[in-house]
Amino acid sequence: MSNGATLRAAPVVAFDSAALKAGLRRAERSQKFHALVLVAPLLLFLALNFVLPIGSMLLRSIQDPEMSAAMPATAALLRALPNGALPDDRLVGVLVTELRQTSERGALSGIANRLNYDINGFRALLFRTALQIGPETSRATLDDLVSIDPRWGLRETWAALKHASGPYTSFYLLAAVDRRVTADGGIAKTPAQQAIFVDVFERTFGVSAVVTVLCLVLAYPVAYLLATVPARLANLLLILVLLPFWTSVLVRTAAWMVLLQREGIINSIGRRTGLISDPVQLIHNRIGVYIAMTYVLLPFMVLPLYGVMKGVSRLGVRAALSLGASPFAAFRRVYIPQTLPGITAGCVLVFILAIGYYITPALVGGADDQLISYFIAFYTNQTLNWGMAAALGLVLLAATLMLYGVYTMLAGTSGLKWR
Amino acid sequence: MTRETPVRSITMIGIVALIALIGSCVEARDLTVTAWGGASQAAAQKVYFKPFVEKTGIKLQEDSWSGGIGVLRTKVQGGNASWDVVQVEVDELILGCEEGLFEKLDWGRLGGKDKFIAPAVNECGVGAVVWANALGYDGDRLKDGPKNWRDFWDVKKFPGKRGMRKGAKYTLEIALLADGVKPQDVYKVLGTPEGVDRAFKKLDELKPSIIWWTNVSQVPDMLASGELTMSVITPARLLAANKNDKRNFKLAWDGNLYSIDYWVILKGSPNKEQAMQLVSFMTRPENQKQLPSVIPLGVTNKEAIAQADPDALANTPANPDNIKNAVNINAPFWVENSDQLNQRFNAWATK
Repeated sequence: MSNGATLRAAPVVAFDSAALKAGLRRAERSQKFHALVLVAPLLLFLALNFVLPIGSMLLRSIQDPEMSAAMPATAALLRALPNGALPDDRLVGVLVTELRQTSERGALSGIANRLNYDINGFRALLFRTALQIGPETSRATLDDLVSIDPRWGLRETWAALKHASGPYTSFYLLAAVDRRVTADGGIAKTPAQQAIFVDVFERTFGVSAVVTVLCLVLAYPVAYLLATVPARLANLLLILVLLPFWTSVLVRTAAWMVLLQREGIINSIGRRTGLISDPVQLIHNRIGVYIAMTYVLLPFMVLPLYGVMKGVSRLGVRAALSLGASPFAAFRRVYIPQTLPGITAGCVLVFILAIGYYITPALVGGADDQLISYFIAFYTNQTLNWGMAAALGLVLLAATLMLYGVYTMLAGTSGLKWR
Repeated sequence: MTRETPVRSITMIGIVALIALIGSCVEARDLTVTAWGGASQAAAQKVYFKPFVEKTGIKLQEDSWSGGIGVLRTKVQGGNASWDVVQVEVDELILGCEEGLFEKLDWGRLGGKDKFIAPAVNECGVGAVVWANALGYDGDRLKDGPKNWRDFWDVKKFPGKRGMRKGAKYTLEIALLADGVKPQDVYKVLGTPEGVDRAFKKLDELKPSIIWWTNVSQVPDMLASGELTMSVITPARLLAANKNDKRNFKLAWDGNLYSIDYWVILKGSPNKEQAMQLVSFMTRPENQKQLPSVIPLGVTNKEAIAQADPDALANTPANPDNIKNAVNINAPFWVENSDQLNQRFNAWATK
């Protein structure tokens, strides 16, 4: 802008417009180049530490490398096997040969684990079969396999093999929404005993919504107070908001465990004052999760609200009052609309942080209060089923992006307008 | 010229450092033993590692880890593994042995397989310690405490919350024991779909009273604060709290679930000979017998069990009284079924 202004202010006679434009372009280009050079380290950093690892992790949700890497010929034949069909002798022969080779290499475990995710007991089936198939010369037909274990005669067994033949799979993503592929190639619901994730996703969004509303209700008066009291007092109060903000989440959650437990501070005060007779269960349940999460996330609501409220002129409310509006109507119809950008920014911030919450529900929640991050951590650290962890992460990321899209559509433009 | 000197010297230092670094990588490293850290490793250090270095003069490095077959896979398959002797849980022993991550042990040098209790013997590993999960409670709060898992389920007689480890393993076995299944039949029952249903049905009864813990170190505090009335816990940890924090925690050993940790040697270890020497040293009766006095864990060498301080052994899972009604955790069962049972457990627990 300033560059253009300088050019325009220069004597007009010396330039024809084409040369002027070229000069301007040149100047802008070099400016852009310099800007790019300045942000290049950051972009590189983001690409290396953010885009690359997250991208490669998310890719795992659709990759199915175990069988196609260790038993390539079998995998190729399995991909050509019609849905719900039993294999011909050629496929069985190749499978037996490659099973023997893979077993001798000691590389059977990866495939066995992958198949065991799909059908329980497949791991043992594979290892037992690998032990029992004879030396190279022996014939290998489907009947031979069935005589080792009758499960080889089931269509489900071969469907699971086909489904694991890779290199790409829908297995993990379907499992992340409690669905599975049947032997016929159709999609069916996971049996109720094994279905988790739809419930957990619903709970994740439900808990986050409640926490967001609680934060808004609590933070709005605080932010209003901060924005209206004299600057000196406001700074002091702001420190009170920021101090916990700078403290580790783990420490603050642990503090709530001390406060909320059965013989903790809140229960003992309640009993001493006679408010309650028996200790109230405040921790290891949903109440504890709401309290601790709301507390931890409160600054993320206060700060955007405060930022916007600082910029809101009080003249509007005064004008409304002088025109005869009741204080409540003036507040509701004049003040609140002016703070909408802060409300939306705060809500989106708190909601998006809340759906990724892991440590707080893990410490103060019960088993039925765990959010989706708990299961992502479970599959990443405990069972090493990274495909499943990636699929859950992908679903969570997609849902978050969709919500963010809705937010920018609803509030983004108006938010800009307010500024 | 003078301005360039610091730059040059820095470059030189860098090059020298780099050469030294490369050199140290190529040079054979010292024998390295890796265990589970904390109190148990401190005990192993006192009883095994320090005496071993004194007696043999072999240099020994220590590391600690928190388990996971993935870690071992990366170490071995990545080549140039930085560990030699590792203390592993039985699941890792089975998986790793199957995948060829461990050297086969020379049992002749360990004194022969019959010198050890039967579950401690494996072609890839030898039993290091016997540990357990039992029923723990605070003796100051419960004078006439629970005796077994049936009492654990009795919320009328013992009101309050129960702590259990979040996960299917241990939990389903305990549910079946509480339902009257004999210790020796637990896995026979759990191996059938009806048995699994039965375990979950039994858990349904106690579900409102269960607080699920993920880290065992929380448990002594929760018992002491009354948050938990009783809990599934590793006895060694409660007994350590009794010793160090002057608590009065008590244990009910009836129906405890015990398992063994093993010493293994990573495949392709450059210090294989010394590693074998260390493993042999750590399993000799004269050395093993000292461990229970330092930390209440059981040992695996039959002679060591016979020679160990009986008072110390009384608090370990290897005590004949404690092992009488115990369940040996069936690792092959869990290797096979943990995916499905944990999925079902998670689905059950989150509803």
